[in-house]
Amino acid sequence: MPATLFDKLWETHAVRGFADGSALLALDRVFLHERTGSIALASVLDSGRLLPAGQRVLATMDHVVDTHPTRSDDTTMPGGASFIQAMRTTAHRAGIRLFDLGDPQQGISHVVAADLGFVLPGYTYVCPDSHACTLGALGALAWGIGTSDCEQALATEMLRIARPKQLRVWVDGELSPGVSAKDLALHLIATHGSAGGERQAIEFAGPAIRALSMEGRFTLCNMAVEFSAFCGLVAPDERTVAYVLGREWAPQGAAFEQAAAAWLQLATDEGAAFDREIRLHARDVSPMVTWGTALDHGASVSGMVPLLESLPEASRNRAAKALDYMGLAPGTALAGQPIDAAFIGSCTNGRLEDLRAAAALLDGQRVAKHVRALCVPASGAVKRAAEAEGLDQVFIQAGFEWREPGCSLCFFAGGESFAAGARVVSSTNRNFEGRQGPRVRTHVASPATVAASAIAGKLTDPREFFPQQEEP
Amino acid sequence: MSAPQPLTVHVGVAVPLLLANVDTDAIIPSREMKTVSRQGLGQALFAAWRYHYDGVQRLAVNDEFVLNQPAYAAATVLLAGPNFGCGSSREHAVWAIADYGFRVLIAPSFGAIFQGNCIRNGLLPVELPLEQVQVLAAWVAAAPQQHQVTVDLVACEVRTTGGHVWPFVVPAVARSRLLEGRDEIAETLAYSPELAEWRERDRRLRPWVYAGEAG
Repeated sequence: MPATLFDKLWETHAVRGFADGSALLALDRVFLHERTGSIALASVLDSGRLLPAGQRVLATMDHVVDTHPTRSDDTTMPGGASFIQAMRTTAHRAGIRLFDLGDPQQGISHVVAADLGFVLPGYTYVCPDSHACTLGALGALAWGIGTSDCEQALATEMLRIARPKQLRVWVDGELSPGVSAKDLALHLIATHGSAGGERQAIEFAGPAIRALSMEGRFTLCNMAVEFSAFCGLVAPDERTVAYVLGREWAPQGAAFEQAAAAWLQLATDEGAAFDREIRLHARDVSPMVTWGTALDHGASVSGMVPLLESLPEASRNRAAKALDYMGLAPGTALAGQPIDAAFIGSCTNGRLEDLRAAAALLDGQRVAKHVRALCVPASGAVKRAAEAEGLDQVFIQAGFEWREPGCSLCFFAGGESFAAGARVVSSTNRNFEGRQGPRVRTHVASPATVAASAIAGKLTDPREFFPQQEEP
Repeated sequence: MSAPQPLTVHVGVAVPLLLANVDTDAIIPSREMKTVSRQGLGQALFAAWRYHYDGVQRLAVNDEFVLNQPAYAAATVLLAGPNFGCGSSREHAVWAIADYGFRVLIAPSFGAIFQGNCIRNGLLPVELPLEQVQVLAAWVAAAPQQHQVTVDLVACEVRTTGGHVWPFVVPAVARSRLLEGRDEIAETLAYSPELAEWRERDRRLRPWVYAGEAG
């Protein structure tokens, strides 16, 4: 029977199946962070239950840590130090390796997990953070969980999961220059709605996905949760194998060859059945930006805020409320909207390729005078690699702040924020009301769009910076 | 965590909040998750809508927000829109809803992680078609304190004294956990011997997963 990538991951990890189709899945890796990790970990420690073997669990500081260069435990978030200290204490009690402040590997869990080879193709991986699905780009079954599920993951190394329906998103063609995986994700969500992938296991496939870099695949799978999916997946191929080779925790030599051969077998078999398929063509995707307060409120940067009557009746009220919050009128052109701030970072778009894409536009340029601009590399490894290429100098000379790794201003935790009413163009994943601070208006976009907009001081199609590119 | 409180038949005041895609940032903003604890979050539920703010400083209660209307003060059932609880995995959203006093949520659909978190915490997420939730909301709004809603997890139906009787489906496992308030960790640990057998096989199939581990 031909099987999908998801079928294979499910079957190889099902310790026990149940009549209702659910299964207890064995978990290969768990990552904790300071926002909720210590709560789950302390509960297990206090119950006297055993923890998984040492290298199956890692912890990091990412959610509430300060990202200023002079940082300490005292974050800008009121009470933030208590989260950091509780994570440190519980990780120490449990004997779990923690990427603490000052550790060269400290950074956002989903990015560090890939940097290190902590998660590899074919693994099951959970983290008490919804963007755990990022790691599906490796062909790993990766999904976000709550704190109680995390407690169970630590105490039992198994979670009982209802078998999700399977959706294949097939993308033909190849993305045009200046168009990224982020734009593809925003295009998909704008077309099919924030709930378009509800509870489904999504495999991204087709020529355009094969042509994506690993970093692009991480971005795409990261955004699967914004499509309300259970997980996102890309089948391992030669690009995946090359990406994993040489990572700190990846097997080496003959063991690597053996593993790589097994990983390539995970790809969906010819003729395997999906419950549903969405087909897109990459040429239809242009640089995107969100105009509202949900991820399906997105449009081409060169387009306009939709007229309410052009939307399905059921979503008009929500759109009207969103536009009121965003201070935008229906029918307004998106390009040219003046911005107050620009942010590049997060588990969605804080990787080396993202920083390179932004730096390519920023090189020799200055951000507009009135724009506050920040770049926060997602992990220590990303930051060092960027600095080795001189990207930090490009950002700094363009007028960006260059920060230490962490989730930073992807969300407002009570400390650092943008000003109330500020219009921010952001390479992050959520544009929800108040997400980046009280009354802050977030436009989610790709790193290139953020950089182009920062220079122009207004929402800008990054392709304007590539005059040599001819229209197809 | 300890096992949740069992839930069989619940009767209570229902409050309608029928927006679509209410995300967990809206249910509890990150800035309100101030403690390394599961308790005391009810006051922060829907904080950005429930209070007027100056920056992050709460100024006053927003009287217009539905939860703040006196008729709904005793609400224990929340009527919500499609994809309720999407977004961030923060279990604080469920802790805040439970701590506020809700026992049952009725919506056309729920965010996947959120729904799992509900079951874990003894909160019943009932899925009814949007039209039924809308009918229920209108009926409740006519006389919130008198028009209480009965949610029967034994019979798997929602009933009202207005003559509504609607069946709903809850996965059998979730249903029995809620009915009995069972501790899922203890339940799962019973399968540890099967996991040990699985690991032994898996070590041969995927040795790289276990490289560096003792035995």
